[in-house]
Amino acid sequence: MLTIGLFIPCYIEQLYPQVGMATLRLLERHGVRAEYPEQQTCCGQPMANSGCSADAAPLAARFLRVFRGYEYVVAPSGSCVSMVRNHYDAFLEGKPGFDELRRSTYELCEFLVDVLKVGRIDGRFPHKVGLHHSCHGLRELRLASGSERRVPGFDKVRSLLQPLEGIELVELQRPDECCGFGGTFSVNEEAVSCMMGKDRIADHERAGAEIITGIDMSCLMHLDGLIRRERRSLRVMHVAEVLAQAEGA
Amino acid sequence: MTGVSHPEAAARFVADDARAHWHDQALWWVRKKRDVASSAVPDWEALRDAAAGIKAHTLSRIGDYLEEFERNATARGAKVWFARDAAEHNAVVHGILSERGVTRLVKSKSMLTEECHLNPYLEARGIEVTDTDLGERIVQLRHEPPSHIVLPAIHLKKEEIGELFHQRLGTEKGASDPKYLTEAARQHLRRRFLEAGAGLTGVNFAVAETGGVVVCTNEGNADMGTTLPPIHIACMGVEKLVPRRQDLAVFLRLLARSATGQPVTTYTTHFHGPRRAGELHIVVVDNGRSAQLGDKVFRRSLACIRCGACMNTCPVFRRSGGYSYGFIVPGPIGSILAPGRDASAYRTLPFASSLCGSCTDVCPVRIDLHHELLAMRQEIVRRGMLPAWKRAGMKLAGWVLRFGWLYRLAAWIARRAIPALPRGLLYSRWNSWGRQRELPPMPRETFRDLYRRHHGRP
Amino acid sequence: MAAREEILAALRRNAPRETPLPDLSRLGVRFADPVPQYAESLKSVGGACVIAPDRPAARRALSELAVHRVAKRVASLVPWIEQGSVELAALADPHELEGVDVAVLPGELAVAENGAVWVDGASLPHRALFVIAEHLVLVVDAGAVVNDMHEAYARLAGREVGYGLFISGPSKTADIEQALVIGAHGARSCTVILVG
Repeated sequence: MLTIGLFIPCYIEQLYPQVGMATLRLLERHGVRAEYPEQQTCCGQPMANSGCSADAAPLAARFLRVFRGYEYVVAPSGSCVSMVRNHYDAFLEGKPGFDELRRSTYELCEFLVDVLKVGRIDGRFPHKVGLHHSCHGLRELRLASGSERRVPGFDKVRSLLQPLEGIELVELQRPDECCGFGGTFSVNEEAVSCMMGKDRIADHERAGAEIITGIDMSCLMHLDGLIRRERRSLRVMHVAEVLAQAEGA
Repeated sequence: MTGVSHPEAAARFVADDARAHWHDQALWWVRKKRDVASSAVPDWEALRDAAAGIKAHTLSRIGDYLEEFERNATARGAKVWFARDAAEHNAVVHGILSERGVTRLVKSKSMLTEECHLNPYLEARGIEVTDTDLGERIVQLRHEPPSHIVLPAIHLKKEEIGELFHQRLGTEKGASDPKYLTEAARQHLRRRFLEAGAGLTGVNFAVAETGGVVVCTNEGNADMGTTLPPIHIACMGVEKLVPRRQDLAVFLRLLARSATGQPVTTYTTHFHGPRRAGELHIVVVDNGRSAQLGDKVFRRSLACIRCGACMNTCPVFRRSGGYSYGFIVPGPIGSILAPGRDASAYRTLPFASSLCGSCTDVCPVRIDLHHELLAMRQEIVRRGMLPAWKRAGMKLAGWVLRFGWLYRLAAWIARRAIPALPRGLLYSRWNSWGRQRELPPMPRETFRDLYRRHHGRP
Repeated sequence: MAAREEILAALRRNAPRETPLPDLSRLGVRFADPVPQYAESLKSVGGACVIAPDRPAARRALSELAVHRVAKRVASLVPWIEQGSVELAALADPHELEGVDVAVLPGELAVAENGAVWVDGASLPHRALFVIAEHLVLVVDAGAVVNDMHEAYARLAGREVGYGLFISGPSKTADIEQALVIGAHGARSCTVILVG
């Protein structure tokens, strides 16, 4: 049986543990033994994105120590995986095990589609769902082709959701505009951040979505914060939760 | 704080909710036009690769290409001038005009001359300067800078322009039809074209192989300004060079489509030497470009062809407007160029981004804008320009996260303390997150707890 | 000149390691039939295309153009299609071209992907003619329609380099609330007659 290292982003570990559990159950149901190395803390992205590379460097080293040796490392987060694959070289270039780690760290959906080659997920999810394409997953990991580029269309996340029985993926006016979270951007530029988030929510509402889903809980946390303050009826669910619920249903 | 505070300016912009949404929609529409235009070009991505490659090659041999350009331009009768900085540029332009007794100048769009603050320099020395691009003329009449490098008046509503024209050009009060207002501008500016002693343009591309300069415009103002008066002054940054004429095809297929969604601008004028009984002066300007060339990280953004696509696609630019950046080139590219010039004054700009990466994916010359923005943040931290409390916060967080037990302890305390605080205290002024958002719920158990239970461990 | 030497020295000192020019030979677009594609492109930029099978048809097409019928001053640089009423050779100063209603100019080639026509400066006794006239008519050989800009520059490669420009449709602006207005400072209309 394939054993992978389960990389649970710090904010999921603390605030959205059910997303971690959904990820775990999903992987187990597809024949994977997902081990959670308890020494992990944080990938260091908030520090790195603030320009404080020196503060992120020890966290990168820690990450390598914790996850080295796993055949695959899988996380329910595009931005954290992008940190490891695209930005850790500044800290870990040349260190033993880094090259392998970089090549074997995957976001959950791309792991299901490209490594496990699940094809389709069998399950029921009779809801109107708005797919929010988190920016790091989309433009850093290329989980989908995106609206800007002229390349043949593909969408790994959508390919897992679309076949679910009863699901209706609503059509958005701006299919991949940023939600406005952006890490510390969400507080540094609070006014623009919230306007962006509210515009995303309005787009989903206009399209008839009951649930907004995505591969990054950070985006959903920001949107959910706005939704609950304004007492709107939309719900947010991570893709892992949608798929796990659909399979379990 | 000193310098430009993008967050404060943006917050003011956003506060006028209707107007901010109107601005956002207007620029999103331009982005969508770019999408339609680029979809019609089957080799679009290959073109972007070629454009990036041509610019990279050119920059790697730029000394040679500049000399070749100078040689060929001079051979065709143009006079080539060199200016190390804005002051020299302004002095050169003024010198050309004053030596010939020119007191009326018509200008078509040149971001370089805005960068050098040419207009006030000339006006202080008795030269009447008329910006003839419609959007530029509008902001000139309002004594404002342009808010976008391609769409200078995108921040203005037609009613405001109508009122401006009523006061300054004598159009009917309350009239705001764009056709009517444009016709009024045509008549008003035609007189200026006919009376001007010299015309000044920017340069979109300078071709080393032929010594020619190429100017891409839609309105006809650059061509009116360079075919009526006998003197043409063309101002260019050194990075506008391309090696050969055939290279123009690559950029001309990308430029207008990226900027406005048109397949090409109305006029793509190639100047090689002066016209009969006329003069062509080409002013080649450095003003920090050679220094930027020496920077391993930021030299790539010298490839910029000033199309504005990054601004149109930027969700932050659309919702904060060009003036929030306080620099003549705003948006994603401006947030790299401005701090490159003055890191302290513009230190908030690289943080005026969620790093969504859309700019990088629309840039016709494949500048990795969002990566350069991140690198610029590192530069600002390295220079000690991040506010002390933010620096301390990141240091503290980074330190706590290095120790598993400490991180778990701190998180455990937070998860219990936060729900216990009274709402009024929790959502007070200091809580920026909480101004318009609820904090996430704090669960009692962590993933680690659930995972252990899942495997039958306590 | 000190500035020149300093700038060149700084550029050479700071230049990155040399990278090669990319291969451009595989770029470009090929239309099944460039002529109708040209007409469509020109229309999309606010111009109009007339396809005339021969010179007599071209003359008829020009005389039937609405702007031509009401024109008082017509300047023509294509004598076979029309002589025009403005004596261009006699004009000393381009400022005197103010008030020309229609300018009829020869185009060397037309570009299918974007509606552009290359006008060679050598054909213009006064450059201003193409921009100062109220309306523009460009006459191009139908056999000179190329697919894209790469082909256009390839065709122009052999020629003497001088003043020249691509004109694609009438002058226009969208600077007021992104509302497209045809006819800014240059020609208010642009008709291309493809002959043959």
